[in-house]
Amino acid sequence: MGTNMDQIRYQVMWERLLAVVEEQAQTLVRTAFSTSSREAGDISAGVFDLKGKMLAQAVTGTPGHINSMARAVVHFLNAFPTEGMRDGDVYITNDPWKGTGHLHDFTVVTPTFHKGRMVALFACTSHVVDIGGVGMSPDGRQVYHEGLFVPIMPLATAGEMNQWLLNLVRANVREPVQVEGDIYALAACNETGARRLFAMMEEYDLDNLDALGDHIIEQSQTAITAAINELPQGSWDHAMRIDGFEEPIDLVARLTISNGIIHVDYTGSSGTSDFGINCPMCYTEAYTAFGVKCLVAPDIPNNAGTLDAITVSAPDNTIVNAPHPCAVVARSTIGHMLPDVIFGCLHQALPDSVPAEGTSNLWNIKLGAGHGITERTEHETTPFMLMAFHSGGAGARPKLDGLSATPYPSGVRNVPVEISEAITPIVIWRKELRKDSGGTGAQRGGLGQTMEITSREDAPFGIFASFERVLFPPRGRDGGGSGATGELRLGSGHELRNKGFQTIPARERLIIEMPGGGGYGEPKARDAEAVATDVRLGLVSAEAAARDYGVVVDEDGQIKGEATAKRRS
Amino acid sequence: MNAGARLAVDIGGTFTDVVLEHDGGQECFKLLTTPDTPESAVLEGIETILQRSGVEAKDVALVIHGTTLATNALIERKGAHTALITTDGFRDSIEIAYEHRFEQYDLYMERPQPLIARDWRFSVPERIAADGSVLLDLDEAALRALAEKLGKTDIEAVAVCFLHSYVNPEHERRAGEILAEALPGVSITLSAEVCPEIREYDRMSTACANAYVQPMIAGYLNRLQGGLLLGGITCPLLLMMSSGGVTTVDTAVRLPIRLVESGPAGGAILAREIAKENDLRKALSFDMGGTTAKITLIDDFQPQIGRSFEVARMSRFLKGSGLPLRIPAIEMVEIGAGGGSIAAVDSMRRIHVGPESAGSVPGPACYGNGGTAATVTDADTVLGRIDPSRFAGGQVTLQPDLAAVAVKGDIGDALEVETNIAAAGVSEIVDEHMANAARVHAIENGKNMIDRSLVAFGGAAPLHAARLADKLGINTVIVPQGAGVGSAIGFLRAQISYEVVRTRYMDLREFDAGMVNDIFAAMRAEAEAVVGLGAPDEALVETRGAFMRYRGQGHEIMVPLPVKDFGPDDGEALAGWFAEAYETLFSRTIPNLGVEVLTWTLSLATERPGVSTEPQPPGDGSLKPVAQRRLFDPDSGAWVEADVYARGDMGAGAAVPGPAMIVEDETTTLVTNGFGATVNALGQIVMTRAGTSTGGE
Repeated sequence: MGTNMDQIRYQVMWERLLAVVEEQAQTLVRTAFSTSSREAGDISAGVFDLKGKMLAQAVTGTPGHINSMARAVVHFLNAFPTEGMRDGDVYITNDPWKGTGHLHDFTVVTPTFHKGRMVALFACTSHVVDIGGVGMSPDGRQVYHEGLFVPIMPLATAGEMNQWLLNLVRANVREPVQVEGDIYALAACNETGARRLFAMMEEYDLDNLDALGDHIIEQSQTAITAAINELPQGSWDHAMRIDGFEEPIDLVARLTISNGIIHVDYTGSSGTSDFGINCPMCYTEAYTAFGVKCLVAPDIPNNAGTLDAITVSAPDNTIVNAPHPCAVVARSTIGHMLPDVIFGCLHQALPDSVPAEGTSNLWNIKLGAGHGITERTEHETTPFMLMAFHSGGAGARPKLDGLSATPYPSGVRNVPVEISEAITPIVIWRKELRKDSGGTGAQRGGLGQTMEITSREDAPFGIFASFERVLFPPRGRDGGGSGATGELRLGSGHELRNKGFQTIPARERLIIEMPGGGGYGEPKARDAEAVATDVRLGLVSAEAAARDYGVVVDEDGQIKGEATAKRRS
Repeated sequence: MNAGARLAVDIGGTFTDVVLEHDGGQECFKLLTTPDTPESAVLEGIETILQRSGVEAKDVALVIHGTTLATNALIERKGAHTALITTDGFRDSIEIAYEHRFEQYDLYMERPQPLIARDWRFSVPERIAADGSVLLDLDEAALRALAEKLGKTDIEAVAVCFLHSYVNPEHERRAGEILAEALPGVSITLSAEVCPEIREYDRMSTACANAYVQPMIAGYLNRLQGGLLLGGITCPLLLMMSSGGVTTVDTAVRLPIRLVESGPAGGAILAREIAKENDLRKALSFDMGGTTAKITLIDDFQPQIGRSFEVARMSRFLKGSGLPLRIPAIEMVEIGAGGGSIAAVDSMRRIHVGPESAGSVPGPACYGNGGTAATVTDADTVLGRIDPSRFAGGQVTLQPDLAAVAVKGDIGDALEVETNIAAAGVSEIVDEHMANAARVHAIENGKNMIDRSLVAFGGAAPLHAARLADKLGINTVIVPQGAGVGSAIGFLRAQISYEVVRTRYMDLREFDAGMVNDIFAAMRAEAEAVVGLGAPDEALVETRGAFMRYRGQGHEIMVPLPVKDFGPDDGEALAGWFAEAYETLFSRTIPNLGVEVLTWTLSLATERPGVSTEPQPPGDGSLKPVAQRRLFDPDSGAWVEADVYARGDMGAGAAVPGPAMIVEDETTTLVTNGFGATVNALGQIVMTRAGTSTGGE
């Protein structure tokens, strides 16, 4: 009988641990400074056992930290073994290869002591507003160009903050007060987590987390292994070509399902880039695990028990396993594309379960003006930096249309136009769905959106472009058409490059057309009424409806039966 | 107004509750809601309760009314045929929303559809900049042409939302004039009137929702007023708002969106009054019914008023799956956990409870109406916590054997545990979920759980309150009288009030006392105009606040401000109040950072002393249990014998030690091992943890 109630009690404590890390993450979001942390939830928070095994992780806005932060704590313990840790110690790094993939992400680890004994480690990651270097632009050629590198080191010792480190950080970044604020916020959220953990340990009269940790890991491992064993076993290959920076990039994967493990190998993928779109292995692992998990085990919480069920390999010196000192600031250019590649493999194993390719990479609008960014003008102009999250269309699903202007795999939220305009001299004249951009199909791809931007001042401004799917569109599946490629141009017609810094001359209008998602299934199999509705709503033009879907619609949006039947036969 | 009888009416999805308060005391009546003509049930209920109590219609001094009509119209998409007119280039903002997937891992997620489809969303050339200056004049000819086109359709309502209208509403105002002239009889909502706040999607969503429900609410209130007059009730009719205040019919017709979720707000007001009566400075209102539980933090006898919430969440109560409304509303967290919530076991052998609910039809398995899924009520029945013959006043006779079959089949067999352990597991998990939601809600609002007392009402709350208190470290639980109609009783305790919110950015380094004083004066005038309609001669209490943050942060915190004329040096004072509030919230402040204000708030309310409940006669000391029941104790894993008392037998001062059950018609209060229960002078059950004393008194 006792053991029976123990099982319930373990579950309650597991739920509590998930709530503890959720509170830890909420604290971080609410105190964060950089837009990507606070608006987009580009943070993570988790609790680990003394060997560095993750027991629980909060579900936050971006999947890029899923496995990367999970593995980071082991690197901290290698540098600083638990024996030497004392109450009040806190450790920090932004090492892209041991943390979460680029210098902008600080990871902070705090050992927690209960009744004089170390019982757990709390870790969290957040994206800071600046880290020096060339800024959030992939123009850097080496990680040295991208800013300050802080190897794993103490942030606080016995409760005293490492002022030397904070001085060094302040001296190297453009927004020293905010970056310091974010570092404080990281330390504080781990403290919040620790306080909640102690309350739980007291309520359940626990001295350590050993038995609870074993329970969590075992249950999760059993569940994910069972889920994987239910899938067809074998190996499947898939490749996808994307724009890249200086030349197109091939992402090639072989996915193998066997013995309770899903392994993804990226042999055959392109070599590294000379610019900052390279992806460190930890970030490749994160997005690979995310893509697989969405399909195979969406409801199983992340922890050490699920971590080892999805394994990843890639040859050295490839774009998905870029070594130091490659430039990595825009590693999401590659990371965000990996679920599409994995879905290409899984589609063969599990037909009718994965979406078509989508825009996948975020179409974040990074603009700026001022000293060192744009050339001087004769009159005074307002210096500014803007980072606004936006998205094109997502891929169609086997039974549902793709989501318009919605990110996948990232889970960020956009910044309202009124907010962007309130903090910069920018005016956004248009932000509308882009007609005919969704890939055709029985299920239509999600639509991209069009944005038109000027400066209110008689002054130029710059764009830090890092856009994908401009040369190679998101492809449809099972007969579905490709989504429209993205476009970047001036109002006067001049085309802009999809990557790198460029200047928008004074009085010019920047026009950004975001890609649409790929379609799913034969377009002529799409329900004619759904096509007519798309035409009535202005999502698809009457010409495209007739040409691509074979549905002829009159001015009132009614289907012309005979003409349609003829075209669809 | 104090002398006469007062009526409160709460229209819920299933029942319409009517409460009458008069010299002779308080009477309640419940009848089925009449969805097509909601006023029918209201008028019938009022007539019945007046007859029963012998109170004459002319002696009714006040009617306070709350309704889910607006909420239901939004959930069921049964509002008016509505058009949106916005700035050229932005007709999709209402659909693009935050470009957000609220379900991280769900490949098949769908975003909520906007209330207004794309072919009814129009735009005109005009543009105002973030600082309020005009970049492009309103094209009145284009607007007139559009109005003419709309005039030929069956459109019933129009929402107008232009960019940056919160700082300069001139274009919206002009558009409103042109539309009113061209479209007589059509309801027109201007976004700057409903929600003068920055963030175009939220403002547009609020304006569209207001326009969408306006014709229906206006028609309903008209008919209701007519009906009341016919019945001889000539006193003022006031409407409950989501903020917990009440307002006039005129305001309700102009801003019907403020009536959304007024029922739950009434519950929070009841909890506030109970906190006052018992001098509990930190309370937690816990309202658990058939499908959901609602939790509200009440500090210093005030529920926290936020300025936004989401209505019509489509997916598991997840944030982001509903329509945002930016209106003053009592902050509460709603969890899909009620008596009817269904329990199941997942692949990790974890018990899940809710948000799916068995509803009232077929209902939990123990109702014997054909339901087979194990629910929270079934688990409670298995554990002996509900007297099968007295559930819902004896209207439903519960069948414990059916409950046991469902709990065993759905939970016990899957986990390979005995049925009573499985039932204890279901109950533990539902309590844990509520506790975790309460804690995260507190963090999100900069509060904590330390030193709180619990106020429990709603059919299922008194059963789960003691265990929830354990999990939250709470030592005192109060179960009020009339828990089953808590919202309607709360209406009678509400003040006539109005909240105004304005976005006006200010960096405290450039503190402009004149501007702040002007904003508050304008807000006060707006609030006075509304409150004055309902309470022309009463003393008014003004409360001010500002939403502030460190420069560069994305989330603001609410900082209370004093009511005074601000001077040029008060920028520093504001920074100091902010630092204080920030430290309370996040334990530490950040050195060297500037502070900025985004939004200012002002609330004006009548100073209405709570109508206190009549003191209860003391008991005669001869309290006897009416029965004994076997209760399963999850801590020891054993059955224990517990005394059952009838609440009606318990006079003031009556005391029972745990474990015990106190039964009444609408609910059962479970007094667990660690608690003892007494009845206070107001007839409320006060459960106190053994070895502690009550928070107040």
